[in-house]
Amino acid sequence: MRALAAIYARLVGARIRSQLEYRLSVALQLVGVGLLTATDFVAIAVIFANVPALGDWSLGEVALLYALATISFALTDLVIGHLDLFPQMIREGTFDQILVRPLPSLLQVVASDFAVRRVGKALQGIAVLVFALATVEVDWTLGRVLAIPVAIAAGALIYGAVWVALATIAFWIVDAIELVNAFTYGGSFLSQYPIGIFARWLRGIVVFVVPLAFVAYFPALYVLDKEDTLGLPEALRFASPVVAVLASIAAAAVWRNAVRHYRSAGG
Amino acid sequence: MRLDWELARRGYRRYAAYPGATYAGLFTNVVFGFLIAYILLAVYEQADVIGGYDVRDAIAYVWIAQGLMSVVGIFGAGWYELARRVQTGDVATDLQRPLDIQRAELAQDVGRAGYQAVWRAVPQFVLGALLFELTLPQDAGRWLLFAVSVALAVLVGFGVRFLVNLCSFWLLDYRGPVILAIGANLVLSGAVMPLAFFPGALATLTRLTPFAAMLQAPIDIYVGTPLGGSTAAVLALQASWAIALYAAGRLVLTAGTRKLVIQGG
Repeated sequence: MRALAAIYARLVGARIRSQLEYRLSVALQLVGVGLLTATDFVAIAVIFANVPALGDWSLGEVALLYALATISFALTDLVIGHLDLFPQMIREGTFDQILVRPLPSLLQVVASDFAVRRVGKALQGIAVLVFALATVEVDWTLGRVLAIPVAIAAGALIYGAVWVALATIAFWIVDAIELVNAFTYGGSFLSQYPIGIFARWLRGIVVFVVPLAFVAYFPALYVLDKEDTLGLPEALRFASPVVAVLASIAAAAVWRNAVRHYRSAGG
Repeated sequence: MRLDWELARRGYRRYAAYPGATYAGLFTNVVFGFLIAYILLAVYEQADVIGGYDVRDAIAYVWIAQGLMSVVGIFGAGWYELARRVQTGDVATDLQRPLDIQRAELAQDVGRAGYQAVWRAVPQFVLGALLFELTLPQDAGRWLLFAVSVALAVLVGFGVRFLVNLCSFWLLDYRGPVILAIGANLVLSGAVMPLAFFPGALATLTRLTPFAAMLQAPIDIYVGTPLGGSTAAVLALQASWAIALYAAGRLVLTAGTRKLVIQGG
């Protein structure tokens, strides 16, 4: 395990160094990505310019949801965002090269790129987190302070699990990567809002099937000491780390199974 | 004219070759349609009318905007194709062909837009209209004006995209400007939130930009709240942007071609 981590660090380190050769370009892209992802927060700001609350959530409270969802997603995107290019690997047959090397296939795919520009997404989320924490009134306890980094880490794992599990669709359908976008980018968008405003069927999905409600919603309920309009057990507020681990195990199993059924495109 | 038609047909067929990508893109747009529709329904629990849009107008906005985004090309896989061809030097081949690059690109883009309109925007809208209560204009005239406005929006979308792509004649790395342009496209076109929801003078000022001419303008006409109350004025504004951007594209293309250095040739 430690050896694998060292290999990953080395591969990714090389990617980062090569990108930092073009400092101005990276800086411009980083700012660009930050502004591009800030467009989602523009939507929230515009909503609150017209109404005082969404569901029973204030601007500061929604900003907290947004920040948790955005920072988690940015971390996931930073590490595995290039899974977007995975169907290309299948189509061009380069995935075959990966299978003959003596390293786990997922590790190699994940280490195949690392886009420094995506840090811009996280920075933008952190800026909103600062705004949210300055705006909402929180009865701070040690648990609530710790809940924020724990929620971000768990959220990143949950997004990652969803992304990896769905990316395996490319083993069967190569031109349908946008299907995955619906769940990854769509999921990140959905987690920025209080789950209670969505229709019943959608709430059911994000609590019980694709566990996106555990990225920001449940941890935020705990931090804000808010009543759950969904009327679900209070224990769920603490369940994010457990859900994250279970989801990751499930995603790894899906990946292994998919690779076992992989048939090369070429000869 | 014959050439334009043939190029447009090929632009259409190029996208028709990948139906899987179309279904997947449609699925994503539908998911976002649901999410934004529920968010706006929650907003309208506390307001009856926002910026001239009632709740049925807002839901119509959602299902039209999600479909129109791919038609006018707010973002997407082919967005920086020309910039990439300049970067790789392939544009040299394009420049040798006995046709006008800008006009040929436009013809292909019209074909592309037609494909996206038929296979993404229309099914998306029909689904939205079946599942949600939304504004459906009763008179045929309004539908016709909406169609004209969408056609102009496609031309404006092309104009913006073509200009941004041309920056690669001067910059080796086009990604920064492209990312910024897509961000502007998303916010200022009204794709993220209707421009009508913007506070105060912003709701008017943003609607004067070419970005608004790509998306907000046709939807304003559809729901019957065109800027300044005049559909004719909005259509004229869209047409002016389409012409101005095409002319600007022509100037920049000429300047760029003159200074183009093909890498490694």
